[in-house]
Amino acid sequence: MPQLRKNIPDFVKIVEVGARDGLQNEKAIVPTDVKIELIKLLVSSGLSVVEATSFVSPKWVPQLADAKDVLAAVRDVEGASFPVLTPNLKGFEAAVAAGAKEVAVFPAASESFSKANLNCGIEDNLARCRDIASASRSLTIPVRGYISCVVGCPLEGRIAPVKVAYVAKSLYEMGISEISLGDTIGVGTPGTVIPMLEAVLDVVPIDKLAVHFHDTYGQALSNILISLQMGISTVDSSVSGLGGCPYAKGATGNVATEDVVYMLNGLGVKTNVDLGKLMHAGDFICKHLGRPTGSKAATALNKVTTCNASKL
Amino acid sequence: MSRGDSFSPRTMTTGRNTLKSGIVDNSFYTSDYQYSQKRNNKDMQDMAYKFMKGMPEFVKIVEVGPRDGLQNEKNIVPTDVKIELIHRLASTGLSVIEATSFVSPKWVPQLADAKDVMQAVHNLRGIRLPVLTPNLKGFEAAVAAGAREVAVFASASESFSKSNINCSIEESLSRYRAVTRAAKELSIPVRGYVSCVVGCPVEGPVPPSKVAYVAKALYDMGCFEISLGDTIGVGTPGTVVPMLLAVMAIVPTEKLAVHFHDTYGQSLPNILVSLQMGISAVDSSVAGLGGCPYAKGASGNVATEDVVYMLNGLGIKTNVDIGKLMSAGDFIGKQLGRPSGSKTAIALNRVTADASKI
Repeated sequence: MPQLRKNIPDFVKIVEVGARDGLQNEKAIVPTDVKIELIKLLVSSGLSVVEATSFVSPKWVPQLADAKDVLAAVRDVEGASFPVLTPNLKGFEAAVAAGAKEVAVFPAASESFSKANLNCGIEDNLARCRDIASASRSLTIPVRGYISCVVGCPLEGRIAPVKVAYVAKSLYEMGISEISLGDTIGVGTPGTVIPMLEAVLDVVPIDKLAVHFHDTYGQALSNILISLQMGISTVDSSVSGLGGCPYAKGATGNVATEDVVYMLNGLGVKTNVDLGKLMHAGDFICKHLGRPTGSKAATALNKVTTCNASKL
Repeated sequence: MSRGDSFSPRTMTTGRNTLKSGIVDNSFYTSDYQYSQKRNNKDMQDMAYKFMKGMPEFVKIVEVGPRDGLQNEKNIVPTDVKIELIHRLASTGLSVIEATSFVSPKWVPQLADAKDVMQAVHNLRGIRLPVLTPNLKGFEAAVAAGAREVAVFASASESFSKSNINCSIEESLSRYRAVTRAAKELSIPVRGYVSCVVGCPVEGPVPPSKVAYVAKALYDMGCFEISLGDTIGVGTPGTVVPMLLAVMAIVPTEKLAVHFHDTYGQSLPNILVSLQMGISAVDSSVAGLGGCPYAKGASGNVATEDVVYMLNGLGIKTNVDIGKLMSAGDFIGKQLGRPSGSKTAIALNRVTADASKI
C-alpha cells in the first residue's frame, strides 16, 4: 500500500529529552556528574539534539538545581545541540549567562492546565514567550516551543484541535523555530491525533513541527507512526522511557527512545542513532537509578544478546 | 512540562462526567472525526482520509489470555482460577475466548486440566471457545470434552517448526489436514495459526512468500480464519506490510487475523497498519499475559486493554467493555501476584483512584 509509506520521511530527527523531562520526575536527586555522563553517552550514540536541563527555580524542580553546572560541562561537546528550558525571561537570562545556545518555552493548550501547572493563563504565558523570543532573536538563539495537553487535559478533558492550532500559530508568528506537540497525559490515539495535527498543519508548516507523545496508555508508537504517515519528521523521546506521568502515579510517561529507533529502523527511516550505543546510555542511567529499563526493545535485545552470545 | 509537586489533579470531574458507576469511561477520547470538506490543503485531507478509510468499522478481538497467556506461566494456575478468568472475560463482550489446549501434558503441564476447563465452560452462551489441537488425537479429546471450535498451528519457518512441534512444515500440514477433515464431518470450525511470520529465533527474517504459502495451505484445507503471528515480536510496519501484502494476494483479507507480540513494544503500530490494510480480527491477551519464551523476561502478547483503548479512540467498534475487561485483568493479576502488563489498565486504575478522592 504505497500511500501508507509515501509520506513517511526518509530521515527523522530525534529530540532526546531524557536528561531533562526524564530526570526531572525522579524523586532522588541524581548527582551532577551522572547527568553529565548520561548526556555524553547520549551524544555518542548519534543523537543530535539532547535536552540538557531546565532553568526553573530550584524551589519547583530541585532535581535540576544544578542546571548551570550541567550546561557548563556539556555545552562544548561536539556533534549535538543542548536546548534548555526557560520558563521566563529570568530563566532565559540565567541560561544565556551559563552558555546556552538554544532554549525552549512551554505554553499549554488548556487554560486550566496552564493556570494549575504554570500559575498563569495561556495569554500571559504566550506574552512571556514573546519576551523570550524577542530577547533570543537579538542573540540569534533558536527557541523551541512545547505545547502541552494537545489531545487531553487532566482537568478539562478533551482539548479541541482549534485551541492547539491557536497556540501553535501564536508561537510560529513570534518566531519559534520548532513546535513540539505534547500529549501530556498520553490519552491520544490516531483518532484524536489526526484531527489535532490537521488543525495545526493548517496554520504552521510541517517542517516546524515535532511530536511528543507519552506512553501512559501504551499508545505512543502508534501515534508516532500516524504522525510520520502525515509527514512529521521530528520526534521527542526519552532514553529508557525515563520520566513517569505525574497525573497517573505509577503510570509511564515518555516513550522510550530505543523503542522509537527500533521502529524507525524497521521502517527504513534514517536517524543516525546507533541503537547499541543508545542502549548503553540507557543501561548506565538505569543502573544508577536502580531500576530496570522502561524500553521493551532494550529489554528484549539485552536478553537475546546475552542468551545467544553465551551459547557461543 | 510539569513542576512535579505543585499540582494536585482533580481528574475528570467538571463538565464531562466520565466516571460512571465507578468505571472510568474513556469514550470521551473517541474520535468523532469528520472528514471535513473545507480544507486549505487538499493533499492533507486526502492523506488523512486514506489513513482512516481502509479501516474496518468493527474489529473482532480474539482473546488468547487463558491459553496463550497462561501456558507461559511457571506455576500451575488452579483449574478453578482458569475457569473464573474465562467467565469474567465472557462478561466483557468478548465473543471469542481461546480456552485451552489439548496438547500432551508432557509438553505443556500448565494445560493438563484442559478437559476439566472445557467441560466447565463449554456451555457459556454466546461465546466461542476455541481450543488448540496439535493432531487428531488432541482433536478427538477436545470434541469429547465439549469443544465446538478448534485451532491448529503451523510455522512459516522450517527450523522453528522442527524445534517447536518436532516436525517439518509439510508434516504438520498433513496432520492438520487430518484434523480439518475430521472437523468438517462434525461441522466444527478450525482456525489456523501461522507462527514466525516476520522473524524466527533460529533463521532470522522469514520471507513473506513462505508465510503466504503456509497461510494458503491452511486456508485451502478448510481453516475459516488464519491468524498471522509475529512470534518473537520483531516486526515493525516496515516488515509487516510486505508480509500482509503477500498473504492478502492469495488469501481473502476477511479470513485473516493478526497476532502480534509486544516484545519490542511494536505491536500497536503493527496492529494499526494492519487495520489500515483492512484486517479486522486481532488477537490479544488480557493484561498482556504471556511472556516471550525466546527472550526470557521480555514481554509477549499485546494487552487486550491497550488494543481496545486504541480501537475505541479510532471509533472502531469491538463490543468490549474496557472496565469489565480491566476487572478480569485485575483478577488474574492478583492470582498471579503480578502487576498488569497493560499500560492502559495501569493508567485507568490510577485515574480512578484519584477520582475516588472526590
